Amino acid sequence: MSRSKFERVPIAEQDPKVRATNFDEVCLGYTEEEAIEEAKRCIQCKHHPCIAGCPVDIDIPRFIHHIAEGEFEEAAHVLAEYTALPAVCGRVCPQEDQCEVVCVRGIRGDAVAIGKLERFAADWAKANNVELGKTKEKNGFKVAVIGSGPAGVTCAGELAKEGYEVTIFEALHEPGGVLVYGIPEFRLPTDEVVMHEIGNLKKLGVKIETNVVVGKTITVDELLNDEGFHAVFIGSGAGLPIFMGIPGENLNGVFSANEYLTRNNLMKAFRDDHDTPIKAGDKVAVIGGGNVAMDAARTALRLGAETWIVYRRTEKELPARVEEVHHAMAEGIKFEFLTSPVEVLGNEDGWVRAIRCQRMELGEPDESGRRRPLPIEGSEFEFDVDTVIMALGTSPNPLIPSTTEGLDVNKWQCIVADEKGQTSKEGVFAGGDVVTGSATVILAMGAGKEAAAGIDKYIKEKYGEKSLA
Amino acid sequence: MYKIVRKRALASNIFEADVLAPRVAHSAQPGQFVIIVPDETGERIPLTICDYDKEEGTVNIVIQRMGCSTKKIDGLEEGDYLKDFVGPLGRPSDFVNEDIEELKKKKILFIAGGVGTAPVYPQAKWLHERGVGVDIILGAQTKDLVILEDKLGSVAENLYVCTDDGSYGFHGMVTNMLEELVSNRGKHYDLAISIGPMIMMKFVALMTEKLGIKTVVSLNPIMVDGTGMCGACRVTVGNETKFACVDGPEFDGHLVDFDEALRRQTQYKPEESKVDERFQEECRAEGGAE
Repeated sequence: MSRSKFERVPIAEQDPKVRATNFDEVCLGYTEEEAIEEAKRCIQCKHHPCIAGCPVDIDIPRFIHHIAEGEFEEAAHVLAEYTALPAVCGRVCPQEDQCEVVCVRGIRGDAVAIGKLERFAADWAKANNVELGKTKEKNGFKVAVIGSGPAGVTCAGELAKEGYEVTIFEALHEPGGVLVYGIPEFRLPTDEVVMHEIGNLKKLGVKIETNVVVGKTITVDELLNDEGFHAVFIGSGAGLPIFMGIPGENLNGVFSANEYLTRNNLMKAFRDDHDTPIKAGDKVAVIGGGNVAMDAARTALRLGAETWIVYRRTEKELPARVEEVHHAMAEGIKFEFLTSPVEVLGNEDGWVRAIRCQRMELGEPDESGRRRPLPIEGSEFEFDVDTVIMALGTSPNPLIPSTTEGLDVNKWQCIVADEKGQTSKEGVFAGGDVVTGSATVILAMGAGKEAAAGIDKYIKEKYGEKSLA
Repeated sequence: MYKIVRKRALASNIFEADVLAPRVAHSAQPGQFVIIVPDETGERIPLTICDYDKEEGTVNIVIQRMGCSTKKIDGLEEGDYLKDFVGPLGRPSDFVNEDIEELKKKKILFIAGGVGTAPVYPQAKWLHERGVGVDIILGAQTKDLVILEDKLGSVAENLYVCTDDGSYGFHGMVTNMLEELVSNRGKHYDLAISIGPMIMMKFVALMTEKLGIKTVVSLNPIMVDGTGMCGACRVTVGNETKFACVDGPEFDGHLVDFDEALRRQTQYKPEESKVDERFQEECRAEGGAE
């Protein structure tokens, strides 16, 4: 073996030129041999800082040890103890800020590729039909989970394993939440990865009812009072798109990233045999610098557009994962840093013809610790594009709080909940983006897991340890 | 899957269906809408609720055959299933939360055009059942396209039918009929509620503004999710951007920027035509009815 142990085993990816024209997954994953080699780089250190870095406390050294020994099935079982979505997390978690950033290997050389190994173990289990579902005897208590994104799915999985009867209510026609409508196929394949993990959840006995918009189709109070649920978990996410509030934003050709991505991902507009239309655009400006902005830009590129990311700070401040930024750049996305739109300009038919932008410079750090962008006077210029995609973040949907008696929200419309997910209303728990505002998949999963423990404690305290079954 | 329990033609290109969707029927109120996905490859189509039977658990929808999606739904028969049916979405009509005695003092006029005639029915019926009398103007291009005349007649104090070509009822558009009623027949109205094509609602709003009648319109912009997530349905109302799906679909007709709304409705026209062409080819290839 010629590779130094300080270097990570490289992982196969689709060639950037090829993948820029398709929606197949970019990263191809480790082979068994590569996974074993990478797993052996883990020194199984005694203080395992990686576990504390993981929002769902996965026993990382233990699953990696199994991979190093070639015991892939055991590795998958270790993961299943802690997470309902290992194949998802292995792909989209920001490991570089969580488990890998504290890896002892990283002090000298590359951190162990924990995320890639997690993905490997999960994919191996799927390919080899490993049965992961182990649940306690049914206890007869019913819990309703609202939303089938990362928070809801995790909460549901944890409770099902404890013997609860869990029903997930999903507003859209497919389960998965942001994993399906938001994150594109080339990063997270829907059918092979997300639906497989949701299938595992169903094997735990979780029921999923799609097409139920809680707050409209049924209310939280009806779930508790009329449908016999002993507790409700709200994991409805942060789905409302934020716009800039600049002139011209309602011109034809201005879309929220949510709309653009939902048309392409959930509705599969990129496929010729699907009916939902999408305006790919010829020259597309994506406004924003987060993961959603990267996803929207890389989607536009794959649909054939020349694509720019327009971001008001510099490359260093981009909130997106470094891996995704590198992927985007390799694929040919262009970046306009230190640039902010002030107006969208239209042609006589009301379609976008350009954005008027101003150049920025970085001033003193703001509350977020990042240097505040300040406009440079007299720097305005027109940037010719025909499509603008706003990827400025999202906020929670007020639909549930506004229809639930006694459920408090803060000034950002986020539901107020403590660390165990308990809200201001008895029997109602919440977690994930609906509580924190838009964040990451894994933080939502962590919150779903905490809330499951909170719900378990609440029900056992209220009804005693006895089972209803 | 949602079963079509009854289906019936209302005109040559308009049909109605009762769909078994107990949760939707249970919560439905006048003014709200549903989203339908016909099949695996279908798009999400917003449709205003035209009636509901809470006991039977059915929701009535009325559809005009236009593009691929509406043709797909028309291709289904009684006993067939729609893949998805979600709702009720949007806010109910404002009058649902108003004091009935106050409503009884008002003269309310519905102005319905084309396939928009159908969603007027649950509103007029709701008011009629609570003893609030309403008048209705029902407009269509021509006699064959006049739909639900008996149904609307049964819940209206006065039903005025008009056709653009004069083949039935009053000769003229709904705006002509409205002007005729107010200016020549001495009618007085406190509130107009208009549902129909965007262009019709625009001209109704212009006319009622002239006549000094407060006006509510029910907008039908492009939508994807219908729950506030995509923002495709952005509409400017009184210089503020609203999402028709969650803030509407009903708005003050005198504050809506109709020119913007009309323009935004055309955003996907070329793409939609392409999908429709492909669908027709597929139907031909399968020897289907299309």
